[in-house]
Amino acid sequence: MNQKYTQTFTKGIITENPVLRLCLGTCPSLAVTTSLANGIGMGAAATLVLICSNVAVSLLRKVIPAKVRIPAYITIIAGFVTIVQMLVQAFLPAINESLGIFLPLIVVNCIILGRAEAFASKNPVLLSAVDGLGMGVGFTLALTLMGGIRELLGAGTLLGMSVIQEPMLIFIMAPGGFFVFGMLIAAANAIAQKMGKKPVKSVGCDGCPNHGNCSGCDQPAPQENQAGGEGQ
Amino acid sequence: MEMPTKFTVSASPHFHSGNTTGTIMADVLIALVPAGIMSVVLFGQRSLWLILISVVSCMLFEYVTRRLLKRPNSLGDLSAVVTGVLLAFNLPSNVPMWLPVIGAFVAIVVVKQFFGGIGQNFVNPAIVGRITLMVSFPQYMSVSRWPNPLAIMNQADAVTSASPLSQLSDGSIPSLTEMFTKTTDYDPLSMFLGIRPGSLGETCIAALLIGFAYLCFRKVISPVIPLLFMGTTVGITWLFGQNPYYNLMSGGLVLGAVYMATDYTTCPINFKGKIVYAIGCGLITAVIRLWGGMPEGVSIAIVLMNILVPHIERLTTPKPFGYIKEKKEKSA
Repeated sequence: MNQKYTQTFTKGIITENPVLRLCLGTCPSLAVTTSLANGIGMGAAATLVLICSNVAVSLLRKVIPAKVRIPAYITIIAGFVTIVQMLVQAFLPAINESLGIFLPLIVVNCIILGRAEAFASKNPVLLSAVDGLGMGVGFTLALTLMGGIRELLGAGTLLGMSVIQEPMLIFIMAPGGFFVFGMLIAAANAIAQKMGKKPVKSVGCDGCPNHGNCSGCDQPAPQENQAGGEGQ
Repeated sequence: MEMPTKFTVSASPHFHSGNTTGTIMADVLIALVPAGIMSVVLFGQRSLWLILISVVSCMLFEYVTRRLLKRPNSLGDLSAVVTGVLLAFNLPSNVPMWLPVIGAFVAIVVVKQFFGGIGQNFVNPAIVGRITLMVSFPQYMSVSRWPNPLAIMNQADAVTSASPLSQLSDGSIPSLTEMFTKTTDYDPLSMFLGIRPGSLGETCIAALLIGFAYLCFRKVISPVIPLLFMGTTVGITWLFGQNPYYNLMSGGLVLGAVYMATDYTTCPINFKGKIVYAIGCGLITAVIRLWGGMPEGVSIAIVLMNILVPHIERLTTPKPFGYIKEKKEKSA
């Protein structure tokens, strides 16, 4: 039983890292990671929402009818995002300023919706909370790495402290974001391969790390039912 | 009965022209020599060092990356040397010495080797190197910092002055007739010989044209792309009331059109495709020069068209003689 929890927690960090292996939540990952503080802030906010929404969805999983599950999940998630947003506005106004629109946009972050759909709606409360924590930590780690690399190379600073004298501006611009993102995906794939996971090649159900775990897999699913298909 | 062993049966081609990647790249290097010499004459010894650093770092990155990726060594095909020279030609002479090293890393490692090495890169490595440096280090690469060769030769303190390119973008250029009748900042001859602020290799149009003639004579490139590229840019900017001579002689138009737009990997093979590609390059350059926020658009235009090349190629593949298009079978 214990092993099940550790597995659920650790898979979110490398082998099923939401950003780097499942390619979910790409939009906030690219847009907000211009600095280390932003990356950590965004990751922490999303993790909090993820754990809370996983718990709530898991608690309500027998009550929510299948047909209206997506609106129900969104409503739950939106509730928690509003709470988090108000907390950030009250206690971390600087982070709120720099995250801007991407903080309320956590509502439609596909990691959170994806975990609600693929995991929390089928698993007991505690396990869902652990899954949310693991995925959240994976998301935060990926964003922290991206934000750190981009801030260091692009602005020459780390958490505002000057490190490099002549930074390469391109890293805090969009092309640099895509470049760092690609490099991190490559690194995560290499590590996952060493851990015995096959590289993700196909975009369809077979290549999906959620294969067999997701409600879209059972029937010859329409495209929008796959957990991985919803880009933000 | 057995066949005699000397009688080998093989698929065509049976004769080899003797051209290899190495000989073609050597021809390109020979064609670049005049412009290289002129860059040293115009901008001083420093430009020689910049070219050397750029070439050496390109070769080093090529060797190390291929070694790490367990690919066969490809220094012998000289393509890294050409990339290095072109990259250096795209930098002004007063950049710090470490700048070409970063450019070389982007060009060789990111653009070329990540995509599989020579023949596999989807855009021109040297141009992406230049654009990355331009975006990343505007403090060194911006037009306003380009040194004037005259000042360097006279060893004056004020090294930079308004380049023809910045005059183009702020609209303070003399008209064609004024240029040949009155004294202006840059007279026609000095612009042709390259006595104006600019990147190392782009200023001396005369030297670039000598190299162009050599490449055409050796049949390394066909003149279609460069001529159409330059023609389109000059024609369109002329239509919109800019001085055509200024447009041809300023910025990197000739360097880009002759040496960068004609890279085998990133330009179409078919004649029709070449026309579409060259006109597209010229059009984008003209649009950026006329209305864009940046003073120069040659490199951006080439990269954009590079990306479109596979599509141009697909649309312009010639139809074999007598070929009838097969009707699509209706799927059940």
